[in-house]
Amino acid sequence: MSDAAHYNFAYLDEQTKRMIRRALLKAVAIPGYQVPFASREMPMPYGWGTGGVQVTASVLGPDDILKVIDQGADDTTNAVSIRKFFERTAGIATTTHTRDATVIQTRHRIPEAPLKEGQILVYQVPIPEPLRFLEPRETETRRQHALEDYGLMHVKLYEDIARHGHIATTYAYPVKVDDRYIMDPSPTPKFDNPKMDMCPALQLFGAGREKRIYALPPYTKVVSLDFEDHPFERTKFDRGCELCGAEGIYLDEVVTDDRGGCMYVCSDTDYCEGRRAAPHAAAPPIREARR
Amino acid sequence: MSTPDAPLLVAEGLSKRYGQRIGCADVSLGIHEGEVVAVVGESGSGKSTLLGLLSTQLLPDAGNVRYRMRSGDERNLFALGEAERRFLLRTDWGFVHQDARLGLRMGVSAGGNVGERLMAVGWRHYGRIRAEAENWLERVEIARERIDDCPSAFSGGMRQRLQIAKNMVTRPRLIFMDEPTGGLDVSVQARLLDLIRSFVGDYGLAAVIVTHDLAVARLLSHRIIVMRHGRVIETGLTDQVLDDPREPYTQLLVASVLQV
Amino acid sequence: MTHDREMIRLRAVAKTFVMHLRGGASLPVVSGVSFDVRAGECVVLGGPSGAGKSSILKMIYGNYRADSGRIEIQGRAGWIDLAHAEPRAILALRKSTIGYVSQFLRVIPRVSAHDIVAAAARQTGLDSAAADRRSAFLLEILNIPERLWRLPPATFSGGEQQRINIACGFAAERPILLLDEPTASLDAANRAAVVELISARKRAGAAILGIFHDEEVRDRVADREVDVRTFSPEVHAA
Repeated sequence: MSDAAHYNFAYLDEQTKRMIRRALLKAVAIPGYQVPFASREMPMPYGWGTGGVQVTASVLGPDDILKVIDQGADDTTNAVSIRKFFERTAGIATTTHTRDATVIQTRHRIPEAPLKEGQILVYQVPIPEPLRFLEPRETETRRQHALEDYGLMHVKLYEDIARHGHIATTYAYPVKVDDRYIMDPSPTPKFDNPKMDMCPALQLFGAGREKRIYALPPYTKVVSLDFEDHPFERTKFDRGCELCGAEGIYLDEVVTDDRGGCMYVCSDTDYCEGRRAAPHAAAPPIREARR
Repeated sequence: MSTPDAPLLVAEGLSKRYGQRIGCADVSLGIHEGEVVAVVGESGSGKSTLLGLLSTQLLPDAGNVRYRMRSGDERNLFALGEAERRFLLRTDWGFVHQDARLGLRMGVSAGGNVGERLMAVGWRHYGRIRAEAENWLERVEIARERIDDCPSAFSGGMRQRLQIAKNMVTRPRLIFMDEPTGGLDVSVQARLLDLIRSFVGDYGLAAVIVTHDLAVARLLSHRIIVMRHGRVIETGLTDQVLDDPREPYTQLLVASVLQV
Repeated sequence: MTHDREMIRLRAVAKTFVMHLRGGASLPVVSGVSFDVRAGECVVLGGPSGAGKSSILKMIYGNYRADSGRIEIQGRAGWIDLAHAEPRAILALRKSTIGYVSQFLRVIPRVSAHDIVAAAARQTGLDSAAADRRSAFLLEILNIPERLWRLPPATFSGGEQQRINIACGFAAERPILLLDEPTASLDAANRAAVVELISARKRAGAAILGIFHDEEVRDRVADREVDVRTFSPEVHAA
């Protein structure tokens, strides 16, 4: 723990954490509203979760147990690095088990195991503005949020259907929060959108480069936008995990050779391992990679 | 007062300065339902400033604009809340820009452009939005097959017609046009003018058209307002002003038109 | 329409053109113009070219502005002084009460001859079927070949355009009809057709005020003549 002695607890100085906590409080008070904050330079590049790390640093206490996932996995470079970062700068305990964690920082996924009260899910957000690609002027999009002038958001969905015959947006699928603000749920797959609705855990979103924080307090209504004749549909997989046999969960395609072979496995590694470790889990035999 | 004969829009004493320069000085006018008013004058005469003030895109230094809402209530436009103002702009009003890029989303399909106003007022049925968009594209003579093409792939004339469809879809009562035929070929202009003329007739649309082209004013408008140095110098029936101009400047304008 | 009722009343109307582009030169046209036109009669303005006949007609239509005097028109809701009326009131009078036929057609791009005339017929409230019939009737008696009906008149010959214009002028049946040399340069058959149209409007009780250089036509339609020379500004200045 020699490193910890050189850094303030969880890397950021206390004044910065207070500033971020004030932004977080405001974000919780106005669900879905993007609160500007004075994002700091972090010892990692933009795009690696600088926003999420600052939020995590501001909410961590010495007794917290941190889990970090990237695309659902605990063992990818980004997840491992951030976990190590807080182990060294805060000296806190870490875990890969969803049920044991008090704070979970995530990039692009919500764990399969249901979250519970008292947990905090911190999202890394690249682009917080859902209207950005339709209206490049920030002055205008802020006004649109203020006035609830959201016709434009449906234009995007309209364009999807016109081009693809269905709403082809499969991630960063826009949602309406608490019947008021339209929010970008960060690039999570739309499969996870329903998990945000009435979630018992606190959900915090941090965008470091864009200097924005937003939040969903526990048990907030989150509705995915759609059309009456093209309702929102959760992504469905016509197969189960080839490792643990789980169905109705989000699958990753893993390429197994250079001849087009691949297999489909749980994106949530903790969930998959848990099922395989449990004695009652009816894990199917691992089949040979298909062509 | 909101008798059927009351004007739709009344401007009183509108003035706007840009530093020392006068944009628009003490302009008053009334526009009735179904009435087309052309504002003419050369560049810098204040006609675009006047259009900006009437359409609440600019704030005046003095004066006010009252408008009779669909509900029949007369409201001072500069006292409207921003949300109310926007709602008015995208339902009861239209704005056709000379530069289509200001009025259209160039990266959104023609159907999406026309459908935007419907979605903004709460339409949430894709099939119905698309059918209405098709309907309006047809009325502005854009082939149905082009519904999924972006305006960036359209000709100048088509873009202007798409702008008109985009505005007309909520059946506005008042439409503002800033040099709608500017920069178009003459034959393309004729088609557009004919379209605007028929919409004005068919839908009882009131319009304020800013143009430096007296032929456009003659063809489309009932009344003309001649502006110079930010002031209205002459106003009257279109044919009266063009055939019997009184002010020296108006006579000069009329005399400068090439006869064909 | 009651015959003999006054429909147009001019009182001391004066008009001067000021030509600012020619150093503000004043060009007095007429002054002291006073006469009446009654329902069911055709009054002809007489006098040499340049005496101001056309200007008087244009002032009654509201196309030129009168400098002084009154131009009273019997509208649907009573007398209106057109010399002091709002633009909207003038437009309303043109729609309901005053028709005007000049020699020149202002073509509207892309609208067919038939539709131009039918649109004119609809202005006084004919439904579209009746307006179409009226249009076809007029185009036929004015000898417009049927193959041209569906074409925009922009490319027609001068005589054809003039006849389309006459058809427009007679399409809507208004209580007042102003005719500015409608038969100029028409051939005998078409002149006769126009004379018949004028007579029919007269029988129907329209008040007609016209300028006709063609003596034969004038003699056949005119009930009386108003000599514009009596309104010469010199006469009144003296």
